[in-house]
Amino acid sequence: MTGDIQAIKDDESRFQWRGFPWWLVAIISFLVLMLILILTNEDYRRAFNFIRGGFGSPQGLGTGGLESLIGTGITVTIYTTLVAFGIALFIGLFAGLGRISKNVAISNIAITYIEFIRGVPTLVLIFTVAFVIVPAVAELLGIPGQRISNNSRGIIALAVIYGAFLAEVFRAGIESVPHGQMEAARSLGLSGRQAMRHVILPQGIRNVLPALGNDFIAMLKDSSLVSVLAVRDLTQQARLYAGSTFRFRESYLVLTFLYLSMTIALSLLLRWYEKRLKQDAK
Amino acid sequence: MPNDTPVQNHVLGDDIIVIQNLFKQFGSVLAVCDFSLKVRRGEVVVIVGPSGSGKSTVLRCINHLEVPTDGAVYIDGVHLEDKKTDINAVRAEVGMVFQQFNLFGHLTVLENITLAQRLVRKRHRDEATSVARTQLERVGIPEKADSFPRQLSGGQQQRVAIARSLAMNPKIMLFDEPTSALDPEMIKEVLDVMLDLARGGMTMVVVTHEMGFARSAADRVVFMDQGCVVESAPPKVLFNDPQHDRTKLFLSKILSH
Repeated sequence: MTGDIQAIKDDESRFQWRGFPWWLVAIISFLVLMLILILTNEDYRRAFNFIRGGFGSPQGLGTGGLESLIGTGITVTIYTTLVAFGIALFIGLFAGLGRISKNVAISNIAITYIEFIRGVPTLVLIFTVAFVIVPAVAELLGIPGQRISNNSRGIIALAVIYGAFLAEVFRAGIESVPHGQMEAARSLGLSGRQAMRHVILPQGIRNVLPALGNDFIAMLKDSSLVSVLAVRDLTQQARLYAGSTFRFRESYLVLTFLYLSMTIALSLLLRWYEKRLKQDAK
Repeated sequence: MPNDTPVQNHVLGDDIIVIQNLFKQFGSVLAVCDFSLKVRRGEVVVIVGPSGSGKSTVLRCINHLEVPTDGAVYIDGVHLEDKKTDINAVRAEVGMVFQQFNLFGHLTVLENITLAQRLVRKRHRDEATSVARTQLERVGIPEKADSFPRQLSGGQQQRVAIARSLAMNPKIMLFDEPTSALDPEMIKEVLDVMLDLARGGMTMVVVTHEMGFARSAADRVVFMDQGCVVESAPPKVLFNDPQHDRTKLFLSKILSH
């Protein structure tokens, strides 16, 4: 009897041993090591200070446009990601709704947009949107194209690209809500639009929150691509530093450190949230 | 004058639901075949029959969740298949209770009951809440107002679903196998609420396998098989003296225990 209990205990402890997040230990060790290097080594500290960049100031607003207010490095990366993701959520929601619309014209427009974006590499799309589509639309609206900064072009490009991916996430969310919910709402006299807004979307979006979080992390990483437009985000800062000092190792290790600490923090937050969501459902 | 005047005149009488020669086809399957029914104000009609006999489809045509392939449905004189009909306005007058309850999972019990009141009936929050509490009292679970649907038993969920429909002050209540998804010990609490409603003079169309309910509450029982009405009579007549062999066979199977 006691032997059985002992065996079960052994089993449990073995399971915990196996389930222990060794991967996290490894990643955090890397981050800590980098932190020590940055704090103690002059070369790493210089690279870190340059790449991280600084906050902007309103002084340069008159001459340099919005960028001077945002600063450089990490503030640009965070600003770009947040604004682009916000716009992408908006585009994605409407494209997702369009995708499942009963109206043939609307659903085909939405599918065209989604498939078009999914069929072209992200980097190519960034060039195309920034240098072809944005100037064309600006001309159409009568805005002088030169006044749209490269950072804004990068944000628009990221938003348009991620809008297509988020559209599929929203569609999956809407389709995850049982059909009976729509029928119950309609049988109470709600219009299709009211039922979507008050009954289907709140539940559907809750179901895909983890997926939206993952896409946010993916966008934080893909925001590095706007560096090809000479936007002074983290990646561009690292390239500038490496190019002028030839300290490639310091530059790119620091750059890796900066992205990884942000994405790991976000993904741990997301795991915690998912766990809580599962507990709530019980 | 519109050429459906005779129907209009008739409807202005006591018939609140008029179904004329209803057909419904799903692909190659004829689910409902030439179904006609008139329901008077305050009447309780129970539709029984084997699975797949088209009972639920008929019920779902009454609030236009299903669009008939042919035929016409009039609710209080309003032709549902007419393109000019505001279907949402009609549905606000026709409550429906589903087999799977279909409570809104992201809302509390109280919010479930106030949502449509506020959006469709345009009631103020306070008024909607007070109506909701009254209806919860009526179905016997006022203490569950702030619970979420997943925290309730099946019987409680179904009673909330009934309260949610009643809060709209409907003229008609439709029940689509309201007790079929319930554990046996919870069936009675739902049937009691329905019996109460029937005695209070609500017009009801009920699809169910609960023959006890049909006996005690129905003014008329309609027996359907393979999409058609086989016979229709008051419960005493239909259960004790069925005219058709198919009815006899069905009843012998379902009442044998």
